[in-house]
Amino acid sequence: MQSHFLAAILKAMQLTVNGAPHSFEQNPNLSQLLETLNLTGKRLAVERNGEIVPRSQFGETVLADGDQLEIVVAVGGG
Amino acid sequence: MDELIIAGKSYASRLLIGTGKYKDFDETRRAVEESGAQIVTVAIRRTNIGQTAGEPSLLDAVPPSKYTYLPNTAGCYSADDAIRTLRLARELLDGHDLVKLEVLGDPKTLYPNVVETIKAAEVLVKDGFKVMVYTSDDPIIAKQLEEIGCVAVMPLASLIGSGMGILNPWNLQIIIDNAKVPVIVDAGVGTASDAAIAMELGCDGVLMNTAIAGAGNPVLMASAMKKAVQAGREAFLAGRMPKKLYSASPSSPTTGMIGK
Repeated sequence: MQSHFLAAILKAMQLTVNGAPHSFEQNPNLSQLLETLNLTGKRLAVERNGEIVPRSQFGETVLADGDQLEIVVAVGGG
Repeated sequence: MDELIIAGKSYASRLLIGTGKYKDFDETRRAVEESGAQIVTVAIRRTNIGQTAGEPSLLDAVPPSKYTYLPNTAGCYSADDAIRTLRLARELLDGHDLVKLEVLGDPKTLYPNVVETIKAAEVLVKDGFKVMVYTSDDPIIAKQLEEIGCVAVMPLASLIGSGMGILNPWNLQIIIDNAKVPVIVDAGVGTASDAAIAMELGCDGVLMNTAIAGAGNPVLMASAMKKAVQAGREAFLAGRMPKKLYSASPSSPTTGMIGK
């Protein structure tokens, strides 16, 4: 409720990306979001509201207000 | 040819190494190369937002085309988090399904939570993952994880990153004796002799990170570990001489001594 209320006031939609809030004027698709975040071309994987979004579907996945996104990469680890 | 077989795939090297804690990607690359490891663990983490394109990446230093990646669930404290992390890893690595499951129970000791580990293993195996599982050195849990369908069981030798070596060889021996899948000591190795002891016990492989990355000269230690794992394996295959308590046996002839 609260995020919808805020979005109406700000005339923007809110996303949570890797735990941090991001607002947009219009609902971007996932490819557009990655471009905005300067992540285009990077090898990564995306989870939207707990579900994996296959890379082939980034362009057709239109994000909705309140979406929770996790964007991950491989890093050094044991 | 004495090869390590995991989920039907053969590996010449029985040393598996982690890619964390190195000074930079160049050191990671050189240590991995020197170790001869073919399987390397990687972690899955949130990307830095606002990162500039073209920044060096682990994928360039240790290319997945050359090494078998083993994405892990390090830092996960619940079955759900571990499952989500490995589903992301599979997507990230184009369907790659060989994974290292670890579910931790305590941030101080990093001791595994075997209850959550078992829950996660059941889901992941059903979901088609080939699960190599980090666990305690409890032989019953190790057997249960095997029965769930894990492709390798990986008991700790001592706590992650502790370098304390093999604290309970007897439990490891029971696990090895009962297992029908590869047993890989994961965590606790501190130096080359620890790796050799693990292999002499009959472990199928050793997985380590800090023992190499935390050494004074990581690249040289990677070389030492490669040799230790090979030496330990050969000693195991050769079969050591029996220990004879309190009875010496000369190696030189006992006859033909001068002056007799």
